[in-house]
Amino acid sequence: MMVRIRTFEEHVFTEWKAGGVPGQVHLYSGQEAVAAGVIAHLKVDDYVVSTHRGHGHVMAKGADSHKMMAEVCGRVDGYCHGKGGTMHMADSDRGILGTNGIVGASLPIATGVGLSCQYNNRRQVCVCFFGDGASNRGTFHESLDLAAVWNLPVVYVCENNSYAMSTHVLEHTRIEHIADRGSAYGIPGTSCDGNDVICVYEAAAEAIERARTGGGPTLLECKTWRHHGHFTADPAHYRDPAEHAERLKTDPIARAQNLMLGEGLATAAELDEILDEAVAEMDAALDFARRSPWPSADEVATGVYAD
Amino acid sequence: MTTRMMNYRTAVADGIAYEMRRDPSVYVAGEEVTTHGVAYGVSGEGLLEEFGAARIRNTPIIETAIVGHAVGAAAVGMRPVVELMFMDFLGICMDELANQAAKMHYMFAGQYKVPMVLRVSSGATRAAGSHHAQSLEAWAAHVPGLKTVAPVTPSDARGLIISAIRDDNPVLFVEHKALLGSTEEVPEDEYTVPIGKAAVRREGRDVTLVAWAAMVPTCLQAADALAGRGIQAEVIDLRTLVPLDKETLLVSLAKTGRLVVAHEAVKTGGFGAEVAATVAEEGFEWLRAPVRRVAAPDSPIPYSPPLMHAFVPQAEQVTAAALELCS
Repeated sequence: MMVRIRTFEEHVFTEWKAGGVPGQVHLYSGQEAVAAGVIAHLKVDDYVVSTHRGHGHVMAKGADSHKMMAEVCGRVDGYCHGKGGTMHMADSDRGILGTNGIVGASLPIATGVGLSCQYNNRRQVCVCFFGDGASNRGTFHESLDLAAVWNLPVVYVCENNSYAMSTHVLEHTRIEHIADRGSAYGIPGTSCDGNDVICVYEAAAEAIERARTGGGPTLLECKTWRHHGHFTADPAHYRDPAEHAERLKTDPIARAQNLMLGEGLATAAELDEILDEAVAEMDAALDFARRSPWPSADEVATGVYAD
Repeated sequence: MTTRMMNYRTAVADGIAYEMRRDPSVYVAGEEVTTHGVAYGVSGEGLLEEFGAARIRNTPIIETAIVGHAVGAAAVGMRPVVELMFMDFLGICMDELANQAAKMHYMFAGQYKVPMVLRVSSGATRAAGSHHAQSLEAWAAHVPGLKTVAPVTPSDARGLIISAIRDDNPVLFVEHKALLGSTEEVPEDEYTVPIGKAAVRREGRDVTLVAWAAMVPTCLQAADALAGRGIQAEVIDLRTLVPLDKETLLVSLAKTGRLVVAHEAVKTGGFGAEVAATVAEEGFEWLRAPVRRVAAPDSPIPYSPPLMHAFVPQAEQVTAAALELCS
């Protein structure tokens, strides 16, 4: 999954540089262990609410890479027929309530989804993704407070990649671990190495099981790093090159591969095959997107209201 | 159809209860709903006893999440009826309403819908001051994807709250404070009022007075005064602002040729401008005089009673505007 996400994102980046992607994209490359490690625990009837940097979440929840790519390219065969684009991509068959253009908007939405899960009483869970920047928004405060007092089955996953756009986390937050904020609401807060997919998987297992069994919400902080700038055209000069080089060494995919090789869980040939398959898949996705027609201008104002 | 004497508050609560019995996915959430009911005692009337705390939920003071959580719950199959104690608090949840609730169906190409109702209390009464008295329906009217209704009578309040709950779109349900105590025989059971349909409250052939919320009684008073001067005014209660019932407006305009639109919201950018522009664009052939707006001055709402009285449009102003058009 991590390799598929990385390959998809890098295909998007290449296509963007070539002029084939309208607008800017907020690439997930580097954060794959979080999406993969958390969402591995989710079933089809669990939910994910995502962010502006959400392709990884959407893919990990089982979305079709072809329809994702077509949506990023604004074509009619995309998930949202080109009306949503990269930041408003959803798949209701898989409980993906969308990437989102407003930082922090995912939290209240996920909280309400959690209420529905509680009513249904079928052990469903909602996972909410957001970043270190979003954890300063009032939506974070209100959502965690509400989920805590109503004991909702929501796992709030903070992808702390040390930057809120161009502002370093030490400039926007005075505490070191966003996870510490859980105690302010009376809920468990855990911090983990977000670039270690095993760490993420294990921390998420506990949080998701807690939610499934009526134990309420958890704040799970995953410390990670984004490879690209905030958006595709951002060269990220605000980041210290030395720090960037160091953090790149913690690449979650490389670490997972080294672990698998070291433990004899996979051979180099098998790992190559995973990459080859991913490349073939995303090549096909890009081809699918390029061939898909643009939506008709007649559709500009259709679907504003549900019938 | 049986009826029961109810005031506006009870009518809204009764409509909500009727839907909650019919549909287990409907729930209520807001501040104070289990203790005092909503600020004006609506939700409290026996709803907690009948439906329990799981479906009548008190919230912390979290207007952003009151609306925001409703978006999520609605998207995955529930029908939240949430509330703000005062419409003035819309600023706290405007992203949730305008960017999240209103746009989900469109942006996601119909994969999700947001069948939620946001009840709010509007209007200047009792020296409440600038943050507890506004009429902000224009904010919602400007957001495609939202519907905005403002019932005047208890029967319409009950009929429209049921329609709003059943509607698959986010609906802003505006309850003017001055109307909450009014009473009448209200139809019970399966009685609905359609969203998007205005009501002609008084027929007349000389001038059309268009209003909503508490300005409808004001316009009816003005119509009485005008009748004393030999002018028959037709009074239209819009009931729904978006979607606007253009047909009823234009049929009336074709008859009278003169139109005054009156609202308690401030003049600039008020929804009266939308009514006036629409009527001028689509009914120009029938206009015998310019469209006039009667509205509050462009200012925050003052606290002191004489100032507040000067702020809220009075029947005399509507009468004067109509007389100008008829002279």
